This record gives sequence, C-alpha cells and structure tokens, in this order.
Amino acid sequence: MKFLLKKEEMFSFMLPEFLVERRGDRCIKCRVCERQCGFGVHSYDEMSNTMRADEMKCVGCQRCAVMCPTKALIIRPHPSDYRPNANWTREKIQDLKKQAESGGVILTGSGCDKPYRIYWDHIVLNAAQVTNPAIDPLREPMELRTFLGRKHDKLEFSFDGGEVELVTELYPNVQIETPILFSAMSYGAISYNAFKSLAMAASEYGTLFNTGEGGLPKELRKFGKNAVVQCASGRFGVDPEYFNVAAIVEIKIGQGAKPGIGGHLPGEKVTKPISETRMIPEGTDALSPAPQHDIYSIEDLSTLIYALKEATNYEKPVSVKIATVHNVAAIASGIARAGADIIAIDGIRGGTGAAPKIIRDNVGIPIELAIASVDERLRREGIRNKVSLIAAGGFRNSADIVKAIALGADAVYIGTPALIAMGCTLCQKCHTGICNWGICTQDPQLSKRLNPEIASKRLVNLLKAWSNEIKEMLGAMGINAIESLRGNREMLRGVGLQEWELEVLGIKGAGE
Amino acid sequence: MRGFEKVHDACGLFGVIDRSGSRFDSDMVVTAMKNMKVRGNGLGGGFAAYGIYPDFKDYYALHVMLETPEVRKDVESFLEKNFDVVNAEEIPTNSEANVFRPPVFWRYFVMPKNDEGDDYVVSKVMEINTKIDGAYVISSGKNMGVFKGVGFPEDIAEFFLLHEYRGYMWIGHSRFPTNTPGWWGGAHPFNILDWSVVHNGEISSYGTNKRYLEMRGYFCTLLTDTEVMAYAVDLLMRKQGLPIEIVAKILAPPMWDQIGRMDEKSKKIYTALRITYAPLLINGPWTIIVARHGEMFGITDRIRLRPITSGEKGDLFFVSSEEAAIRAVCGELDRVYTPMGGEPVVGRLYKFEKAERRSQRGEVFA
Repeated sequence: MKFLLKKEEMFSFMLPEFLVERRGDRCIKCRVCERQCGFGVHSYDEMSNTMRADEMKCVGCQRCAVMCPTKALIIRPHPSDYRPNANWTREKIQDLKKQAESGGVILTGSGCDKPYRIYWDHIVLNAAQVTNPAIDPLREPMELRTFLGRKHDKLEFSFDGGEVELVTELYPNVQIETPILFSAMSYGAISYNAFKSLAMAASEYGTLFNTGEGGLPKELRKFGKNAVVQCASGRFGVDPEYFNVAAIVEIKIGQGAKPGIGGHLPGEKVTKPISETRMIPEGTDALSPAPQHDIYSIEDLSTLIYALKEATNYEKPVSVKIATVHNVAAIASGIARAGADIIAIDGIRGGTGAAPKIIRDNVGIPIELAIASVDERLRREGIRNKVSLIAAGGFRNSADIVKAIALGADAVYIGTPALIAMGCTLCQKCHTGICNWGICTQDPQLSKRLNPEIASKRLVNLLKAWSNEIKEMLGAMGINAIESLRGNREMLRGVGLQEWELEVLGIKGAGE
Repeated sequence: MRGFEKVHDACGLFGVIDRSGSRFDSDMVVTAMKNMKVRGNGLGGGFAAYGIYPDFKDYYALHVMLETPEVRKDVESFLEKNFDVVNAEEIPTNSEANVFRPPVFWRYFVMPKNDEGDDYVVSKVMEINTKIDGAYVISSGKNMGVFKGVGFPEDIAEFFLLHEYRGYMWIGHSRFPTNTPGWWGGAHPFNILDWSVVHNGEISSYGTNKRYLEMRGYFCTLLTDTEVMAYAVDLLMRKQGLPIEIVAKILAPPMWDQIGRMDEKSKKIYTALRITYAPLLINGPWTIIVARHGEMFGITDRIRLRPITSGEKGDLFFVSSEEAAIRAVCGELDRVYTPMGGEPVVGRLYKFEKAERRSQRGEVFA
C-alpha cells in the first residue's frame, strides 16, 4: 500500500507546459543547465551518468538553452494537448485544474498576453514624397529633445531700450534627450543589479528611470536627477530627501497590469537592504493597499499633489500615474485640473512583477485608444499644454513609439522592452521570486548573474537604436523635431479598422 | 468634409511695400507674378492689397465668396444681425477673364454692433465659414482686401479688375497644387482681420499645428495648410502681442545645438520659446510672406528648404521667391539680401520704424 498516495493527498492532473529535449549526441554532461536552472528542472544521475529533466518545473525561460555550451537543449511548448476546443483552450483548462488543486487566485508576471487588438499593427505611417523633401538624419540635425512638465499658454517679454527680458517664469520642466523613459520597476520587484542598470543607463543617455514604489537606495541617490520617484499607496522609502534628489515626483494611483489592485512583496523578499530602502522591518510583507488611503476623491489627489509640490519647493513637476480604465479621459482631465504637471497612463498590456492573472488579462483598455481619447479630451477642454502625457504599456519597437507620439503622447515609458534588453524572455514567472536571468529576483546567486556594467550597456544600446530609428521615421516624414510629430495624426492612417475605432483614434483610413 | 483637408503646394510669392506710404497700382505685383509663371500651374492665384479703401478705412471690409447666389441672403441676414453694414456691393469683375468657374464675390463694410472689437470679428468670420454652407469670408481687415481664385495670377488680376485699385503694399501668390479641389477658397492669400499670408511649401507639422490652434479657437476650414500659418501669426502677433522677430523664432526656431552655443541669456529665452511654443514650430519646407497694415515680412523654414530673397530700391522694399521676379519690376536695386533659414526679412512703413517699435526687436533677436 505504500506506493499509493495518502487519501487526502491529491495527484496533480496538470500537463507540463514545456518539453525539454536534450540531444544526446551533443550533451557533454557538464551540468551547466543544472546550475543555471533556479526552478530545479535539470539534474544529474550519477548512477546512470545521465542528465534528467523534470518538465513539470520548466517555465520556458530558455536560460539553459542559451547557456548550454554545446547547444544540446531545445525547450519548446509541450505538444501534449487536450482535444482541440475553441472555447476550452489548453490554457483555460490548465488554469482551472490548477485552481481546483490549490483553491487560489492565480498569480502571474509580465503584461497581458491575450490577443486584444494591437492597434499599433493597424496603423501605418506617412512619408514625404516630391512635394516635401525627406530629411536625412545622417546628414542633418534631427531633434528628439523633449521637455516634461506644465507649459504656459503664452510668454511675456519686456523690451527696455533694446534689451529683451523674459518676464514669464516657466513652470518646472525636465529635459530628456529622447522621448523614452524607463517604467516604474521597484527595487524589491526587480533585483538591485537590474535596478541599478536602469539608473545607470538613464543617466548615461540623458533620460529618466522610475524607482517604482520601493524607494531609492542611498548610494543610488547620485542618479536622482535621472529619477522619477514614486509616492505610492504603501509610501515605502518616502522621505524628503527621496523627493528632493529626484527629477520628477510621481503619485502612483494605478498600474496597467492590475488596475484597482495593490501590491504585495512577500516578507521573504524583504531582505536587509530592501528593508532599509523601503523603511520597513526586515522580513515583513510589504503591502501596498489598492487605493491610496488618503485619496478617496479628486480633491484628495489635489491635496497630495500640492503637498508634494510644497515638499519640493515647487521645483519639480508632479506626475500622476493611472491605469487606463474606461473613463480614462475624464479622469485625466480631472488630474490636470487637480494640479498635476504630468499624467502617465498605463495600458492593459503594461507589465507587472506580480498580479492576479484574471485581472491582468481582463481589466483596462489598450493604450492606443487611451492616448487618443485623453489627448483629444484635454485639447477640447483647452488644457492639453497644462500637462505632459506619458504613455506606458505595450510598446514593442520604435514604430509603436512614433505612433504613440503622433496620437498625442509627449513621451513613453518602456518596461518590458527594458527587461527584454537585460535578458528577460517573458516567461511570466516574476511573481515566483526565481528569475534565472537575475532580473526579477532577490536571490543573491541569481541576481549576481546580471552585471550592471553590461546590462546598462544593453539598455543604452536599446535607447540608441530606437532613437535612431525614430529619427529615420521623422526624417522620412520631412520632420526634424519631435514636437512636430506630437499629436500629428495626419501622419497616421488606419488599416483594417472599423469606423468607431478610427473615430476614437482620430485618424483616417488608409487611402483617404 | 467638403473636400481635401490639405493641399500640397509648390508656388511663387512676391510682396512689395512703399515704405513712405505712397499708394501705387497693381502693375508691379502682377508683372512679378507673371515672371514666375513656371512656379504655378494655373490652379490658383491671388493678391492682397493694403490701403485700397481709404473712404471706408474705419470699417472692416469683408470680402465674401458665395458659391451660389442664393446663399447671399443667409450671409446678409447674419451680417445684419451682428454688424452695422454701412456699404454692400458686388465686387466688380470682368466676365471675359480666363478663369475657372468663378463664384460670386461681395464686399461689405461693417462695424460690429455694441463696440465689439477684433476678437468678435474673428469669431463671426469663423461662424460664417463653418456654419453657412457655400459662403466664405476671404478677407476681413480694414482698408485692405484679398482677391483670389482659380487661374494664373494675371488672369485673377484681370478678373477682379485689379488695376483699378491703389495700395501702398501688395502681396501676390501663384499656386502649383499637386492635387486640388479646383476651389476658389483654397487659393492664397489667406487672411484674418488685416493679416494676410501667402505660402510656398508643405507643412509636415500641419496636424500638430492645426490641433494646437483648434485648442485656441481657430478652426481650419479652407482646406489648406497655409491656413495654420495665418492663424498662428494672428495668435502670436495680434493676440499675444509678440513682435515679428520673436514670432520668427517660434515658427522656425534654431536647432538645440545652436541654442547650446548661445550666451546664457539668449539660451534661456530661446529654450523658453521652444518649450512653450513647440506645437507652433512649422516643420517641413516653407516660405511665407505675412503682411499686416504697416509692415510685411518674409521668412523661410529652419533648414531653408524653400527659396526667399529680398531687395530694396529707395522707398520700395521687395520680398520674393526669386530675385528674377524682383528684377523684372525693378532692374536696379540698392540692396539684395538672401536670408538664412528662420531669419525674417522685414519691410515697414517709415512711420512704424519709431523708437519704441525698434526696441521691441531687441538685441537677442537682431
């Protein structure tokens, strides 16, 4: 009877997600795969001198396949499947079985992977021909410099005896050299090395990284002038110096991957340095409430905006970040009127370190539609220049960014692309605390795999490559400054979109 | 949508002012435009003349284009309701002229009711243009008027019997649209109050400029990108009171590299201008001539993708797409000057060149 499970023990009905194929003619049994896998997939059996794999544990992160010196490993989605069923897909059946076995909310990481229409792929760009010369960015200046912050309606000058003096005092604006910023990713959610890599890259390229809600370690405050520091519902790591070393202070209301949901950093991840940065006891859960408990209304938000402005002597723009929900345009208008200098909107495809899968995959709207409706609403109310609009959630390449700016964004936050640049393969296991690439983990053995010198170089390369591509696209349109693209929907046409979609996006169909 | 939202243009431009204020006929401007025939294709020509209605100089002169004769009563009842109309007449035309399907033009000399001023006139012009189908106010300044349509400039001049008018400043335009609604309202100059603009180019920032101006209450109805120029200039110069020298740096700002090399004071001013007025940077290839009472300026885009040249002879100041056109009407010139991209060339009445006016330019923009 000892071979049977105990009565109350449950046998798992799950199928493996990935197939691990090991080519015997190549494998030299060096055990690199075993050492690289934090999930414990690979093992070596000395008795039989063979490498084994526990496929149930494989997340498909490809770390072993990349590191295998003889390229003996192939990791691919497991071919075993249920009877094909358009309604009950493999994923739906597996999720259900998992819940029947655990009784829990399914957690996941990264952004929504569901096939909601990706509008970027239904928008094409314009280029100059004959009547308007294209501009060659290799030979002529092409300007991407962007300023984030509130803008005046007009400037006033005094003219005394031939001396021109600027009378208007500008609102605080932050200069960035490319309209691409790194999204909020907190120290705690990601490793110290990943966090530092983002800071180093932002500083080198002249753009900004975002601390997320986990504070800014003391020794990294030298990167403050390239930092957006968040003030979120948990108020972790918040003190006057934290705000005052920053370029921008951001109030985090919501996140695209989990609108209406707070955060939870489990106590085992709250190591000593994280506890010091977040200013909470070591080993305690870091819980971010779903709402900010001092913001139950727009007037409460305004109070916090001005409290932060007071705390920073009105020298820094204050940003408010929200998830794109159904009435995002009206909310954004309220935020602008509440005194924010920047509004960041995060779309349904925005990433996360951990979120309930059901929320990530079902709540929010695509960023493309949100940019268009927010920009249009602010213009109709005559207050578009009172705020900068940063879009986040779902950018995959530089063309997506050009389209976002033409729809009306001032700049974009990129999170997932930055992670991919550092090694992420979107295995969606960020919430497990195990990240074989050393990005989304606090395990010292794993996080030391990420060398900030090298990872920041990858990030700078990404910024450089995308910025150069943006310059190419601008030049092709006959534009030599990014501000002439902003809100320039004439440069966009829709392909395969319905009338209502074209209307929300405010663009014409191709051929029109 | 009544046609294309935007028309691609090449074009020839010319402007002349007698800085002493003496008035002269249309001879020079028509001859100059003829000289640049190759820059147009007969699908649009037009003129703005300043100082032509001295008898009614205190009244707004509305030139109204009526696509059908019936629409006139709608226009007139609208005008009666909102203005005191002191004179109304059909603009005399020559039916023999070689032009394409001319509409009817009327002019009304009006004064807003209740002492309302320029903003009121602008809003009423916008109302006619957007709400009365088939009626467009093509000029609305005092003591000036715009004459334009589909045809070569010399044919338009003949159609409107232009030689019968005398003004102290004239600007002209010959159009080479690459696609065209064949529409009279789409010809240049574009005008609002006494601001007139002629334009050669294609504005690649059109969408950005247009949407910014819409936020400020200007609605583009005349189906061409030149309109944004006219409204931008009206917003910056009339409503915000900025001098030409500053406006030039908004429409065609220096590169950040150049700004980086300036002294601290200039750097601060130029940076503030670029931050604040970024949506009014006019990108792409363009040259414009902008006129209002007393002055006229020409400017080309920041990287000088379209031509512009100026010339002077005695009291006369010229600006044109080509030096040849200036030489065609004035063979001997005291000075010929070809400005850099973004650098305005300005012709002003001497009486406007007073000390306070000069001081407005300031050394930063000299």
